[in-house]
Amino acid sequence: MRAKVHVFLKPGVLDVQGKAVEQALHSLGWGDVGHVRVGKTIEFDLAANDEAAAEAEVKAMCEKLLANTVIESYRVELA
Amino acid sequence: MKAAVIVFPGSNCDRDCKVAIERSTGASVDMVWHKDTALPAGLDLIVLPGGFSYGDYLRCGAMAALSPVMSEVKAAADRGVATVGICNGFQILCEMGLLPGALLRNEKLKYVCKPVALDVVNSQTRFTAGYSDRREVTMTVGNGEGNFFADDATLDRLEGEGQVVFRYRENPNGSARGIAGVVNAKGNVLGMMPHPDRAFEAELGSADGAILFQSALASA
Repeated sequence: MRAKVHVFLKPGVLDVQGKAVEQALHSLGWGDVGHVRVGKTIEFDLAANDEAAAEAEVKAMCEKLLANTVIESYRVELA
Repeated sequence: MKAAVIVFPGSNCDRDCKVAIERSTGASVDMVWHKDTALPAGLDLIVLPGGFSYGDYLRCGAMAALSPVMSEVKAAADRGVATVGICNGFQILCEMGLLPGALLRNEKLKYVCKPVALDVVNSQTRFTAGYSDRREVTMTVGNGEGNFFADDATLDRLEGEGQVVFRYRENPNGSARGIAGVVNAKGNVLGMMPHPDRAFEAELGSADGAILFQSALASA
């Protein structure tokens, strides 16, 4: 099973990188672009075949290492 | 008097901390490699130095927080040993949950490296007792991710409990409420972005940092 973890700064936390990218897009003519957020994706293989067990395991990884939940939220995709 | 500086791959202020502590206090300073599983006996002070531990991979301080020696550092801090995290060390302490909040990218996305004036907000901690007659001190900052963040409830609590120790006179990185350094509730763990290790003798532009190391060791 392949896991994808998407990590972003929480909505209330200023994303200065997102702001800079938004300004750059505006300067290229895409003036209607708004609320840009820059995050990261972490992908990895898992031995588990049971989706529920895999999700619980990946969530534990997120809480312990992959995300800092003081400032970040995460979303898990399994395939 | 005995101190230890923890050395991670990518630390770059470890030797500065050692020299700063030795010259300002006369204490003996052990360098402890992050893979060690024990700390030297009888430590009065533990310092997590500045730098870019693990290349700032994933998040600043995230990997270092999980280094083998850190469970010993946490146990020592829980026992009440004075523990200071400077710059990257502050980020590590937040990642470990020993201090509240987190350090974000600087508001202007710029690495800031300059001497800054700091208000000593609380001079009654074991780290700042030596500043009792001082309102303002000067130390150098050097950070790209020094923008202190915590939610409003946490910030109110930190301010209310006297846990905000240093505040920037002019905020260099967007830190919430200008906070430059905080202590834990027990008062024995200090995290700060400015470097006392770059301000321990007049030749460096300021000797104010020496007082911090002297206070920390005098309190042991």
